[in-house]
Amino acid sequence: MQLLLLLVVVTDFAVLGTSRLSACIRWMAVQGAILGLLPLAYGGAITAHAYGLAAGTILVKAVLLPWFLKWAIREAAIRREVEPRVGYMASMLFGAAALGAAFGIASTTRAFPRHDLIVPVALVTVMIGLVVLITRTKAITQVVGYIMLENGVYLFGLTLSRRVPFLVEVGVLLDVFVGIFIMGIVVFHINREFDSISAANLSELREA
Amino acid sequence: MMELLLVLVPLLAAALAYLFRGARARAAVLVGTAAAHTVGVGSFWVRPIATRSASWLMADDLGLLVLSVVSVLFLVVSFYAAAYMRAETPRGGRAFVSCLLAFLAATSLVAVSQHLALLWVGMEATTLAIAPLIYSRNDRRSLEAVWKYLMLSSVGIALALLAVFFLAAAQLGDEGSRALLVPDLIGRADRLDPRWLRAAYVFALVGFGTKMGLAPLHSWKPDTYGEAPSLVGGLMAGALTTCAFLALARFTQVVTAAGLQSFARPLLIAAGLFSLLVATAFIVGQSDIKRLLAYSSVEHMGLLVIGLGVGGVGAYGSVLHLINNGLVKGMLFLVVGNLVLAAGTSVVADMRGMQRTRPISGWLLLVGLFAVTGSPPFGLFLSEFSIIAGAVHEHHPWVAAATVAMLAIIFAGIAGMIVEVLYGEPSSMAPDAEPRERAPYVLGPAVLAGLVLLLGVYIPGPLRAVIGRAAGSLGGTTP
Repeated sequence: MQLLLLLVVVTDFAVLGTSRLSACIRWMAVQGAILGLLPLAYGGAITAHAYGLAAGTILVKAVLLPWFLKWAIREAAIRREVEPRVGYMASMLFGAAALGAAFGIASTTRAFPRHDLIVPVALVTVMIGLVVLITRTKAITQVVGYIMLENGVYLFGLTLSRRVPFLVEVGVLLDVFVGIFIMGIVVFHINREFDSISAANLSELREA
Repeated sequence: MMELLLVLVPLLAAALAYLFRGARARAAVLVGTAAAHTVGVGSFWVRPIATRSASWLMADDLGLLVLSVVSVLFLVVSFYAAAYMRAETPRGGRAFVSCLLAFLAATSLVAVSQHLALLWVGMEATTLAIAPLIYSRNDRRSLEAVWKYLMLSSVGIALALLAVFFLAAAQLGDEGSRALLVPDLIGRADRLDPRWLRAAYVFALVGFGTKMGLAPLHSWKPDTYGEAPSLVGGLMAGALTTCAFLALARFTQVVTAAGLQSFARPLLIAAGLFSLLVATAFIVGQSDIKRLLAYSSVEHMGLLVIGLGVGGVGAYGSVLHLINNGLVKGMLFLVVGNLVLAAGTSVVADMRGMQRTRPISGWLLLVGLFAVTGSPPFGLFLSEFSIIAGAVHEHHPWVAAATVAMLAIIFAGIAGMIVEVLYGEPSSMAPDAEPRERAPYVLGPAVLAGLVLLLGVYIPGPLRAVIGRAAGSLGGTTP
């Protein structure tokens, strides 16, 4: 359990530090798979609910989404570099600061046992997701950042999985999937239209 | 039961519409579903609330108001869309109607959800249903608009999900309550952990504020409204923002019940005043009429949260304003859409003198100008007046003064542009051949204008009672 959570943090930093787009997506898939295993490890009794959640998560986050993003890169013939706006070293430093802040915030809350890593790990994943989203110029890396942000929120949701009904979780998962799917299609169009998926090109609309 | 139908029927109709090959059949499905939806919503006004079963899906007072606005607006838009699809060929073809109907299903789900996570699912679904509609012209500008919209609202909505989870965490100490159900959250609000509740409220304000388009999270709005087809813009400004406000209002209900108004209210007032300020700054000197409408939407979202923030009569004004704003925004977007279709552009410099080429739409735009700026005798005068009176009454004289000052500047800005569009000297003397206006394009906006006018002179008793109870749940009082 705690090991899996530590691995989530490792994948966070791996995405932050990697320069190749395909590696970025692979780390994201690994993170999705770990997230899928967590419901089975979390909270003792393994119910049908936990199995369903695990299967759905692995299917969406570790198989379908990475496969779809890879398809998008291949079809759109995107150059493989990540093109950060902020250097890798600075990103890593920010990640480390986020990690410290997350543990600090989590230790002030009483609702969860102190030794539980899940709250700080969830917070740090949200923050690193935001960093990736803001500092990368390519539309597809922004999607990766969004998925990480979503993963962090999902992690936090796991602590409540016994109280939130299954139907709702399915709805959330489905929404995320469709959302990324539409984003992927838009990325594809952006590439065709501008010959590049850099979101930095998207600056025509502004106040004159 | 009826609540479930209101969500499922449009969803099934969306699938059905996709199967039909003929454009005429799809338009029939669209209009038919919209009419059935309005009839279904109407049945709620007949049946007293006590006989409805309390569960995950229930149209309470506030939800019923939102549902009614959405339903009426969608009905008008569906007639407009049926005519629009015959004249223009929006990209996406078959999917166009399906996306519209899926949007109706998603907004209905938001309006009737008593479970906050389910409400979130509906809110996210509205984003996804409307995104393909924005990208209706296959060009760079609409591509940029849809990307900005998707990214910003997705991040906003992800933070809103975190807010929902924080609220569930605030409930952890109370084993007896059912998770995230609004009646339980309000009824047992004193047992919520206040620290998680505060965190949840801040995230909800940021998350749903992004979807509402509160400054400084509004940057997607002018781009999206500027590029989307007018009827889609009308649905977004009239229905989608209304639903986003409902989501924020649900959190406000919980916070109010927990006795944390003193925490929430300054946040709301600050967000509202800043939105007004941004809207004022960008309305003055605006050169594109659709973007002007977008900033006007930012302005009205600001007014809504100011009303919520001052409480008392202000909250009543806020609920009333929610209805008025939804109707008037729908009307204005459709009318402006007529003029933009005629002129082929939404840049004001190229669309002067429209009163001559499109007289009926011209008159409607003039009516819309007075309605949207809150002039008497329109409904927005009453609701804006209530919000300002609430601010004075609840000892926020500076908030009231600032609001009045900015509303005056905004009036001048909007009036200046609309007068130029209607009566300005055309720059190029090439008026299109026939100044003929087709009924579906002007009838719908005229109906909406009539409703806003009606709400300004007379609010029927049952409606007044529902508005009063809805405002009461938000810490407001009926004047």
